[in-house]
Amino acid sequence: MRSAWLTLLLFLASTGTVAQAQDNRTVVVTRGEYLARAGDCIACHTAPDGQIFTGGRAMPTPFGTLYTSNITPDPETGIGRWSPDDFYKTMHSGRFPDGGLIYPAMPFGSYTKVTRADSDAIFAYLRSIPPVNQKNRPHDLRFPYGNRSLILGWRTLFFSEGEYKSDPSKSAEWNRGSYLVEGLGHCGMCHSPINALGGTPQSEAFKGGLIPMQNWYAPSLTSNREAGLGDWSIKDITDLLQTGVSARGVVYGPMAEVVHNSLQYLNDEDTKAMAVYLKSIAESGTRVPSSSALPTTESSLLTSLGKTVYDARCASCHGAQGEGKPPHWPPLANNQSIEMESAVNPIRMVLNGGYPPGTEGNPRPYGMPPFAGLLSDNEVAAVVTYIRTTWGNRGTPVSAREANELRSAPLN
Amino acid sequence: MAARVEACTPCHGNQGEGTSDVYFPRLAGKPAGYLYNQLLAFENGRRKYPPMNYLLEYLGDPYLQEMADYFASQHPPLPAPVPSDVSQDVLRHGEALVTRGDASRQIPACASCHGPTLTGMEPAIPGLLGLRPNYVSAQLGAWRYGTRTAKAPDCMQIVAGHLTEADVTAVAAFLATRPAPENAAPVPKGTYILPFFCGSQPN
Repeated sequence: MRSAWLTLLLFLASTGTVAQAQDNRTVVVTRGEYLARAGDCIACHTAPDGQIFTGGRAMPTPFGTLYTSNITPDPETGIGRWSPDDFYKTMHSGRFPDGGLIYPAMPFGSYTKVTRADSDAIFAYLRSIPPVNQKNRPHDLRFPYGNRSLILGWRTLFFSEGEYKSDPSKSAEWNRGSYLVEGLGHCGMCHSPINALGGTPQSEAFKGGLIPMQNWYAPSLTSNREAGLGDWSIKDITDLLQTGVSARGVVYGPMAEVVHNSLQYLNDEDTKAMAVYLKSIAESGTRVPSSSALPTTESSLLTSLGKTVYDARCASCHGAQGEGKPPHWPPLANNQSIEMESAVNPIRMVLNGGYPPGTEGNPRPYGMPPFAGLLSDNEVAAVVTYIRTTWGNRGTPVSAREANELRSAPLN
Repeated sequence: MAARVEACTPCHGNQGEGTSDVYFPRLAGKPAGYLYNQLLAFENGRRKYPPMNYLLEYLGDPYLQEMADYFASQHPPLPAPVPSDVSQDVLRHGEALVTRGDASRQIPACASCHGPTLTGMEPAIPGLLGLRPNYVSAQLGAWRYGTRTAKAPDCMQIVAGHLTEADVTAVAAFLATRPAPENAAPVPKGTYILPFFCGSQPN
């Protein structure tokens, strides 16, 4: 009898441990899925009509087209034979398990900041998804960029390996935000200028830049003249990141993808941490008017035609004074993305229109109509000039040529 | 809902009635299932037209369904038929294909699926009235060349594969001359039996 009790007790104890181990595993996998979303892995590693994480998405770059890889746990074509060490090496050092160099289109320059525990969790999650046997497509790079040893040069110039180091002078919340923005979020991949060598010097981090091949301008996150969030409230920032719309502005274009696939899934604490960090990196300083390259007579003609176009086409939603009807119809007056030096985004919005992403917080977004077919180059230039220079906005006029050039910008 | 779909109106008209651009189709009154299938196809890239792919890329499927329902429920009048600039022979050829098909070339009559009055059938077979010849030609061409596809079995691709360029011109021209019937609504599901199985219209 006594031994029977003992057996039962032992049995209970052992099932308890197994159950607990399974629980821990589920917790890690769930956490890994969350972190994979924070890293927006899906944006590149899933083709538009492909199965999740099977790669094969074409990534056009100035050096040729890269095709993303299969990161499902298929042993033959995916990462099924990788160890957590192998995975950490790709994230942290930008090297394949055999030591081969990874093209820096994979944002290992940011992912290097990710902790070992977070890397292991993402790996555990990727191991938990269905394996799909799908061979990676070879890259299609122009001579001489197919030579991977060139990556060594890039790494010397632009890559500094190392996990995120907390700044003890800042709050835990700020450090969490900084870790997410600079690490998994890899915001700097778009929001930093990229030079002719395809890299960003450290001093230029988050200073904004035209996204190569996409022809959208990713505004500076440090300048209040661009997307610097120094004078935004924390609520407006978290609204924008979580729902895609806010009282100050709305996300479109490539940022709609980021909110749709990644940021909307972050919990309130992490979103707020990112907001606190983003607000803090905006450099203080007054906004100075930029000088225009267009002759004054041409500018004033544009502005007067612009008002006619604006009143007829835009005012019903954006208001006679550019006040908008936030959050769905963004204000144009005192809107940094309208005034900033690059006029690419406002011109493209007029030409292409667009919907903010459908998100849990804003599942039925309102869209901006595309005016490419309704307005001439002159009218586009005029209306963009008008909204950039009226109601206290201090942007510069744009020319019909600039408008015309963006008609052929790639859409997706 | 009208305000939410304002982005559609420069090309498709305020109520989805179409615009002066002959390549942009009328949406109003088409079966919601058909419109939804097209929105999904543009969203996931199966149907390629960058301005549409771009607009829909990050909208959720339930919202696309709502958009489809909205345009399906709009009933602006069909446009008056326009006099055709093709010859009577061509129109007669078009009429033959639309109403009778050509069994010897395995071409079913358009009417056998799109309905005797060509107003389509619920839930996913579109009506063919109110569309300009350029649009119909471009779409039939896209089916023939495989740039427009639908769920397998892809009946339109099979049918269009049997058409010549002359057939396409004739069908498109004849369709545009058809006057609006009294009731332009698509007929209910199962009103008639389809001649073959079609992936986008499950029986």
